[in-house]
Amino acid sequence: MLFISQLLNGLQLGSIYALVALGYSMVYGIIMLLNFAHGDIIMIGGYIALFSIASGVHPALAVVMAIVGCMLLAMLIEKAAYKPLRSAPRISLLITAIGVSMLLQNVAQLLFGAGARSFPSSSIINAQNLSFGGIQISITAIVTIIVTIISMLVLTFLVQKTKMGKAMRAVSEDLGAAQLMGINVNHVVSFTFAVGAALAGIGAILYCCRYPLVSPTMGSLLGLKAFVAAVLGGIGSIPGAMVGGLAIGLAEVLVTAVGLSAWTDGVVFAILIIVLTFRPTGFFGRSMMEKV
Amino acid sequence: MLQVDNLNVYYGNIHAIKDISFDIKQGEIVTLIGANGAGKSTILKTLSGLLRSKTGSIKFMDQDIHHMVPNAIVKNGLAHVPEGRHVFAQMTVEENLEMGAYTRKSSEIAPSLEHIYDLFPRLKERRRQTAGTLSGGEQQMLAMGRAMMSKPTLLMLDEPSMGLAPILIEQIFDIIKELHKQGTTILLVEQNAQMALSIADRGYVLETGRIVLSAPARDLLEDDAVRKAYLGG
Ligand SMILES: Nc1ncnc2c1ncn2[C@@H]1O[C@H](COP(=O)(O)OP(=O)(O)OP(=O)(O)O)[C@@H](O)[C@H]1O
Ligand SMILES: [Mg+2]
Repeated sequence: MLFISQLLNGLQLGSIYALVALGYSMVYGIIMLLNFAHGDIIMIGGYIALFSIASGVHPALAVVMAIVGCMLLAMLIEKAAYKPLRSAPRISLLITAIGVSMLLQNVAQLLFGAGARSFPSSSIINAQNLSFGGIQISITAIVTIIVTIISMLVLTFLVQKTKMGKAMRAVSEDLGAAQLMGINVNHVVSFTFAVGAALAGIGAILYCCRYPLVSPTMGSLLGLKAFVAAVLGGIGSIPGAMVGGLAIGLAEVLVTAVGLSAWTDGVVFAILIIVLTFRPTGFFGRSMMEKV
Repeated sequence: MLQVDNLNVYYGNIHAIKDISFDIKQGEIVTLIGANGAGKSTILKTLSGLLRSKTGSIKFMDQDIHHMVPNAIVKNGLAHVPEGRHVFAQMTVEENLEMGAYTRKSSEIAPSLEHIYDLFPRLKERRRQTAGTLSGGEQQMLAMGRAMMSKPTLLMLDEPSMGLAPILIEQIFDIIKELHKQGTTILLVEQNAQMALSIADRGYVLETGRIVLSAPARDLLEDDAVRKAYLGG
């Protein structure tokens, strides 16, 4: 009985990690950047939803605003900070991403204060639990899992079937050849950031529904764990990010369930170290040879 | 159709292309031959916009394409089949061909696909297969078919015979002749000078970044220096 609610719990957390991990993986697949500002996009999404609901915007519209806000912010960051460095060494890009992450956290702290604000999660998802013959089932978990499945289906369609999605795959496989096809790489990069941020925006709302607190640093740990999920699945791989996210979520819940809740973060990073040591390409990662 | 004047291309401070001028007229097959490292690929990459020249001018169909980005150049009718094929290995054969038509309206794709499948029946059989599973010869056909999907007026081929068995080389060259007959102008880069000169109208000989000879292909086939250096005596 407990098993089912724990399983749901793990899938809920894992779904959120998967949504966020996708943004890391897709961006890495396109421009080989570990976009460490990605987690902070989530934080901005949280604040947008929080403030718009507080000022009387309908919750559904607030959700849309948060998602669109994340997309615009990510595209802006790409244009302003990463695009000028497209042909610079990758380490410069990485350092810039860390810088952008700090900038976002500090601006948020300046504007909204360092303290956490409580998020009106119940106006988005009714937080009551269902109870089936002793099994507690969280509606928030069910909604999270369903929303994630729908998002994944839409993303899969987008990447597999649409012209832009195919261009994305082409750029991630072979930038030079993609240019020779007449693909405008700048458009593809912008699009990738926007899609990754939309998923992060959805993840932000779902995360805030589970842990209803918004703070300037809320994105760092979530972002890091999603990053671990992306590496576990194989950075650059879309199915990898999905599976990696679920695996990390389930692992965390498992660690908590056996009474070691203080160790959850430690276990996640231990997974990172193990993966990097024994299988740096993760579950689905292409070997570096293929990439070159 | 293509007019290149005083082109200079650098990699950092390596001067790879030194003051090169040449031209291609509509309906010709022109070949650039030269040893490893002579700068053949560098010229093609500069023409398609992947590399920037330091000085010089490139005119294509009376337009200055010198400062254009690659996607604009493809749209103008200049297609480039890169050395080593560079097919999208994880995409299917048909998706690769669709990518070739990226600059065109989606309604124009189906008839072009049919045309390419007529030219390359092998690709039609393998349309649902991922490109990475094709043989070297099939990948070369795919790379050529993919470039033709943009309906180029000038097709640039970088060492299409590389690594292929003689029988396949014959096939690839037959297809080049066929594309030419159907109205595509061809710029062919080859190390296999014998084959290239046998189908070309004119040839340029490139040595360490400079054009050292330019003549009708028939004359180059008979030139003593060329025979010694590129045709095995
Ligand atoms: N990315 C690069 N960075 C530095 N130098 C380069 C680069 N690419 C090519 N070169 C140099 O430029 C020169 C011309 O190279 P290029 O590839 O154009 O020759 P090529 O005629 O195509 O040779 P091959 O027949 O081997 O393909 C060579 O000396 C090569 O070492
Ligand atoms: Mg070459």
